[in-house]
Amino acid sequence: MNPQPKSHPTPARARRVSSGRYSLWRVLLEGLTGQRGWSRAWAKATPRERYRVVIVGGGGHGLATAFYLATEYGISDVAVLEQGPLGLGNVGRNTTIIRSNYFHPQNIRFYEHSLKLWEGLERALNFNAMVSQRGTLNLFHSEAQRDLFTRRANMMRLLGVDAEALSREAVKELVPLVDLDNGRYPVLGGFLQRRGGTVRHDAVAWGYARAASEAGVDIVEDCEVTGIARDGSRVTGVETTRGHITADTVCLAVAGHSSRLAAMAGLTLPIESHVLQAFVSEGIKPVLDVVLTYGAGHFYVSQSDKGGLVFGGAIDGYNTYGQRGTLPMAEEVAAAAVTLLPGLARLKVLRQWGGVMDMSMDGSPIISATPLEGLIVNGGWCYGGFKAIPAGGLATAHLIARQAPHPLAAHLGMERFAAGRTVDERGAGPFPYAH
Amino acid sequence: MLRIPCPWCGERDETEFRYRGDASKVRPAADAGLAAFTAYVYERDNHCGWHLEWWLHVGGCRRLLKVVRHTLSHEIHAVGGPEDQLSPPPGLTR
Repeated sequence: MNPQPKSHPTPARARRVSSGRYSLWRVLLEGLTGQRGWSRAWAKATPRERYRVVIVGGGGHGLATAFYLATEYGISDVAVLEQGPLGLGNVGRNTTIIRSNYFHPQNIRFYEHSLKLWEGLERALNFNAMVSQRGTLNLFHSEAQRDLFTRRANMMRLLGVDAEALSREAVKELVPLVDLDNGRYPVLGGFLQRRGGTVRHDAVAWGYARAASEAGVDIVEDCEVTGIARDGSRVTGVETTRGHITADTVCLAVAGHSSRLAAMAGLTLPIESHVLQAFVSEGIKPVLDVVLTYGAGHFYVSQSDKGGLVFGGAIDGYNTYGQRGTLPMAEEVAAAAVTLLPGLARLKVLRQWGGVMDMSMDGSPIISATPLEGLIVNGGWCYGGFKAIPAGGLATAHLIARQAPHPLAAHLGMERFAAGRTVDERGAGPFPYAH
Repeated sequence: MLRIPCPWCGERDETEFRYRGDASKVRPAADAGLAAFTAYVYERDNHCGWHLEWWLHVGGCRRLLKVVRHTLSHEIHAVGGPEDQLSPPPGLTR
């Protein structure tokens, strides 16, 4: 099946391109000199025949893993292989939300670390990712739900993470558009995490790619992995459309398609692939300055800097690799939107798209060694991978470099399933379509 | 939008059904051991291609259906009852 590996071009390392440091002075200088000094943000590398680490997937987690390997763990002999151009997978398809409002302590610590890394990310990457801590507001609509959210907020506060309860009046003050007394599910109040917010997702891919490239990582685009080479129980490299590449460690960071890549190595994962849709409305003047979630259905919305409302709901609910959604879920999302925010009823939807999710069997991600030596998996992100990019990348880099789990991600190993230590935030059991 | 031909009710809209997951998994014998049960409960082949799956016709006859559906095109090849042995189109295993 696999094409014969092509011979490699000269093994010479791709010419390093430095895009230079971005700064206000640079913008002024370039503005005065005809913008002629800008160069590519990252080098388009030609793959070499061998690397210490090959990361499959140039999305958020793959690029972040490469960046932290080079900058935190001193391993820059790394290639990131992406089948197409960077940023067209799930890193560019999500609804850009960051937050750390989880219930299980190990999840709170992991996602809180991610949020802290987001807070310093632009400085670390020297790239404007438009990190906007506008707050995430989760509404509740029943007393039972208030108790549940209170319990979660208390868990967060015990671990030093910000969470505050808002009354109905405070919700209305913060988001005047909300119909508190809507006929179906009146709003009783909300919980606000002020440090939550949004980040420009494309800039996350570009920023990590640029910084990783600058640190010596080869970013290889248009390079599809077609096979995983094994020597017994050891993974020795990958077959690609640009030839065979040998590596000490191969890391899969291809959430949505983890099962397909793992199958190339003969592994079966506790994951199903499902599609999640997202929507953007026409641009309007500022009406919503927090990330708002509806508690009586699955609906979340924020307003982009261009003015469009970015929103989404739950997964369509059956196994699919189709990057498109179907109408029943679109209708459900729209119904939730106009129930909560009736003022938006006449807004037009400009775009709708789908992304394929790795839905894991407990709703939590997988950052794990595998039964195969030299193969690491970063996947199973369900629909929550974007916010976890910095911590996920750091933890995956740690696992590769130290060959032991990062303390904040020790609960995310695949062995948790057989051991009965699943991390099930929703309490839905081993049914990926229910998470 | 899926249209699922229920063997008892005829072709109906997907909104009448509830998805119940991979139907290729068979419960191991009680003494089959941890690895067999871990595979049964947690591991999924997750094909990009023909997929054998359960659908419950909650908005109709309330019976469980086995369906062979393509996970990329969403085409439905075969539908039957729980006892039926369904297979993907000949020559197309994936």
